[in-house]
Amino acid sequence: MTARKLNLKDKYRLLTRDLEWEYSYRDYEEIFKQESFEGIKITDWSKWEDPFRLTMDAYWKYQAEKEKKLYAIFDAFAQNNGQQNVADARYVNAIKLFLTGVSPLEYQAYNGFAHVGRQFGGVGARVACQMQSLDELRHVQTQIHAMSHYNKHFDGFQDFSHMHDRVWYLSVPKSFFDDARSAGPFEFMVAIGFSFEYVLTNLLFVPFMSGAAYNGDMATVTFGFSAQSDEARHMTLGLEIIKFMLEQHEDNVPIVQRWINKWLWRGYRVLTLVAMMMDYMLPNKVMSWQESFEVYFEEAASALFKDLARYGIKMPDYAATAIAEKEHLSHQAWSIFYNYGHAAAFHTWLPTEEEMDWLSEKYPNTFDKYYRPRYEQWRRMEEAGERYYNPTLPMLCQTCQIPMGFTDMDDPTLVSYRQSEYDGDRYNFCSDGCKDIFDFEPEKYVQSWLPVHQIYQGHCGGAEMEDVLGGYYRINLGTDNLDYKGSPDEARWNDWHGLETAEEKLKKAS
Amino acid sequence: MPVAAIVDNYRGERLDALANFHGNQILYLGWDHHLMFCSPVALPVPPDMPFGKVIGELMPGAFSLHPEFGQIDWSGVVWHLNGEPFTPDMDKGLAEQGIDHKSIVRFATPGLDGIGGSGS
Ligand SMILES: [Fe+2]
Ligand SMILES: [Fe+2]
Ligand SMILES: [Zn+2]
Repeated sequence: MTARKLNLKDKYRLLTRDLEWEYSYRDYEEIFKQESFEGIKITDWSKWEDPFRLTMDAYWKYQAEKEKKLYAIFDAFAQNNGQQNVADARYVNAIKLFLTGVSPLEYQAYNGFAHVGRQFGGVGARVACQMQSLDELRHVQTQIHAMSHYNKHFDGFQDFSHMHDRVWYLSVPKSFFDDARSAGPFEFMVAIGFSFEYVLTNLLFVPFMSGAAYNGDMATVTFGFSAQSDEARHMTLGLEIIKFMLEQHEDNVPIVQRWINKWLWRGYRVLTLVAMMMDYMLPNKVMSWQESFEVYFEEAASALFKDLARYGIKMPDYAATAIAEKEHLSHQAWSIFYNYGHAAAFHTWLPTEEEMDWLSEKYPNTFDKYYRPRYEQWRRMEEAGERYYNPTLPMLCQTCQIPMGFTDMDDPTLVSYRQSEYDGDRYNFCSDGCKDIFDFEPEKYVQSWLPVHQIYQGHCGGAEMEDVLGGYYRINLGTDNLDYKGSPDEARWNDWHGLETAEEKLKKAS
Repeated sequence: MPVAAIVDNYRGERLDALANFHGNQILYLGWDHHLMFCSPVALPVPPDMPFGKVIGELMPGAFSLHPEFGQIDWSGVVWHLNGEPFTPDMDKGLAEQGIDHKSIVRFATPGLDGIGGSGS
């Protein structure tokens, strides 16, 4: 009698590797057109080690369990008016940044993994990519659901996906993923699977999720827990693809090294947003950006690159710049957003006295020397009724698209300028990393959709800033943007908690 | 290899070609050691605009919110064009003196080093 139930090993084999068939009437190159143009040499796909060890039916069952718990908590959060119990309404701006800047990247990851899940000749790699693709779709959906409750009570959430495609600072994460998805399948895997999911993911998700926990945001924390086991799977896929390429052919080593250099730098630049979120946007601080960078990048990456040394892979040169910048990054980033707070879909503000003291303590070499005087000047301007906003649009880096607010680590009071000339035109960059990326593939990056230049070319709704910000970006002016002080968000929060604004107190006293 | 692409001789569209700015060129202005302005600024300007107008009109529009702006001695300013030392001619047009599309004009104001000497 044959067994009615397959044992696990057979079932796994039948539902993964056995899905493959022999190609009898089409050439392999015709079926997997994108496998070779990047120069990566694969001699034997059967050496691929499946990272997940999961079949589809087990996957659905497991994810369904998690969803059930997750949505029960979202419901409870809504019923208990969880929005009133966060540490302070300023916190919600970190979530606005997450929904507009990060959640759409989950959707891009879903698209990207679905695409490469068709391109590889090895069935093991294809199945793994398809499964990660589904995870990423689940992530974007659950994040939208987790945050939709805030949309009922705070401004700036309503048009997150429209904004992701248009707003100037969101072109930073968007163009990062566009770059990865328009690369070949192996580069995409190094960009997202390895650099982002394996090396940098802890620097992104741990700060946001522990930030949520410290600031009373149970909906977001619960999403974080629900994604954790997915992320663990993604890390194993990221590491497998790297090791697989390196073991397949020695000619792959320099190509993989260049991709690692490029994508760790690209990813690190995107994490600038996380740095400022940690140091400036969380009312209850978890740890400083510098501390988290030391734990999750310096320590973790040095262990990883020690492990990869046997393949001839080295720590990227740009890591030294990132390490030098750790005492400056968050302050320079928040300065950018404070300068252009009129053009952002979330609120900005000056750190309070206590917050400045915390920053002095966490950044003893830099905060008092370079940044405190700047905030004190802005405080004087605010007190004089002239809250500072930069009246002119900023210069952007051609590669990372961030305003050129990063400074030279030899003289932190000087902007770091880099320039290339290509085919008769000048291109400008914030760093060696961004310049080298352009110089290697200029025909890709001459196409950068730089928001400031697009405005000046007349492609963003009109010549007046109201046309761009209100019409084209769909920021509700006077509501979503400007300082937290005086915002409708602040007024509602004070109303819920019976608080008075400083202005109201002043009025009553006089 | 100017790009890794599936097709041969792939050529990207120059999104910021001079011709796309309706007769203007892009000029970047940066005031060294004054990072209260978080980054250099970008402005669309006519290529034949005399440099005197940069000082007379563009600079005040971009930088006058800084408390040190009024104290600048323009005769003592140190200029850089695309990283090289440079002496502007106030009467000549920008393009005529080598300030072409997407050029960076940096200026330092010796003695004025930002809020409390902090470089801000
Ligand atoms: Fe994800
Ligand atoms: Fe992931
Ligand atoms: Zn850059």
